[in-house]
Amino acid sequence: MTTEMICAGFGGQGVLTIGRFLAQAGMKEGKNVSWLPSYGPEMRGGTANVSTVISDGPIASPIVSYPDVLVALNQPSLDKFGPMVRKGGVIIYNTNMCPRGCNRDDVQLIPVPMNDIANEIGSSIVLNMLAIGIIIGKTGLVKYETIEDELKSFLQEKNPDLLDKNLQAIKKGIEIGKQYTSVK
Amino acid sequence: MSKILMKGNEAVAEAAIRAGCRLYFAYPITPQSELIEYMAKMMPKVGGTFIQAESEIAAINMVYGAAGVGKRVMTSSSSPGISLKQEGISYMAGAELPAVIVNVQRGGPGLGDIQPAQGDYFQAVKGGGHGDYQLIVLAPSSVQEFADLAADAFDLADKYRNPVMILADGMLGQMMEPVEFKPAKTQEELDALANQHLSWCICPNADGDAKHHHEINSLELDPEILEKKVSKLYEKYAEVEKNEVRYETYNLSDDNEILCVAWGTAARVVKSAINELVAQGKSIGLVRPITCWPYPYEAIASAIGPKVKKVYVFELNSGQMVEDVMIAVNGKVPVDFWGKLGGIVFTPADIQAKLEACF
Repeated sequence: MTTEMICAGFGGQGVLTIGRFLAQAGMKEGKNVSWLPSYGPEMRGGTANVSTVISDGPIASPIVSYPDVLVALNQPSLDKFGPMVRKGGVIIYNTNMCPRGCNRDDVQLIPVPMNDIANEIGSSIVLNMLAIGIIIGKTGLVKYETIEDELKSFLQEKNPDLLDKNLQAIKKGIEIGKQYTSVK
Repeated sequence: MSKILMKGNEAVAEAAIRAGCRLYFAYPITPQSELIEYMAKMMPKVGGTFIQAESEIAAINMVYGAAGVGKRVMTSSSSPGISLKQEGISYMAGAELPAVIVNVQRGGPGLGDIQPAQGDYFQAVKGGGHGDYQLIVLAPSSVQEFADLAADAFDLADKYRNPVMILADGMLGQMMEPVEFKPAKTQEELDALANQHLSWCICPNADGDAKHHHEINSLELDPEILEKKVSKLYEKYAEVEKNEVRYETYNLSDDNEILCVAWGTAARVVKSAINELVAQGKSIGLVRPITCWPYPYEAIASAIGPKVKKVYVFELNSGQMVEDVMIAVNGKVPVDFWGKLGGIVFTPADIQAKLEACF
């Protein structure tokens, strides 16, 4: 099976990290992965997106034409990538920053007030971990334990104080994602 | 050794160090800056030398000097910076100096943009610098291959005493994929590598005879002698053409109705399009040159199956490698071309539409 994913948002929202952790976890679970960021003369507040592919087989193109999963953290991202999502795919979007929402009826929509939830957990910067949780809760793309290991070894050097809140966000995301697994 | 998720720019740098590269001189440019950053960080740790030169021209001439003492040396840049290095590259080819040059291509001409492109094919393969010479040109299409080819590039450079270029692009430089490295060369292996050049490189004389010296030069004012020297270069190039042609085939069969030819990043996108169309019952094959020089002319000619009605070439340029494909196909079937310009990478859907229109 191959899962093609696009994560998009404002620079600084942590979209590249969403793809990176999922790719890293996929690799740890023995899958083929690719992680292709948009890059350009951008800065914080500009737009950023990343295409991530996780597959049991070899990955041909790392460029994604028809994502199975879209994570849109703001309205411009939802507007840009929403129409590309494969029929029957999943669109996870941040309702706090997507006031117009998405009008597709041939995909599964998962609207989540991500800023609100992240702030409830106590830090706006865990928004991207919340998104990871929703993805794996919904799709089972990688295991929670693998992500937890990755996060632990990553934050140990960088910022161990943030570990708890990040794990909390992932768990909350999984909870939300799972609510959508029975619905088709 | 387990796999590491790494950017192509970092993977090629790590692979070069493992292959025994201890000298690296370059000037930063997007989209290859992670390569120079990695070298800046790692070279001091392995007892190597990293210099951020004052310009690309200075860097390539430092490479000339280091290669002249028989050491494994590398430089890297992106398209506009590679243009600046061309004089030095021609000098190195003329002086028969082994070195590795990485070009992480971006959109051109001129300063262009910083997005992935393949517009430097002609420059790398057909000349670039002045005079009659050839570079060995290796074109990776994944992060793993980018790393693998770095090691091979040093071996080829040493074997033929010739500069080798790795022709990648911004996408391969910027994307992350799992990569598995070969073990780093041991000190004994590094010493053996250095010793293989003692017969010609600038080095202390074993016998202490000051009159016994080696000369590294591309200047030869006597036309008769220069002609002989250049002819000798071409004897060497004929050997390279005989021994070093590399390519990958994908989904080749006698049922193929279309044969695609694409290199590097473009080839990966074409593979995805082929996968989609194969699932619909169509038969399309692909030849992906890994060496852009020496070029796999025969492999392409012999891949044209009995049912192939067209050879379709896809590149991220205005049509450069397609000329080599035409030489290979030699009028047997029509050759078509489609490309994207300005640093825009075509998508699998783009290629799929182009191929579908052939049926």
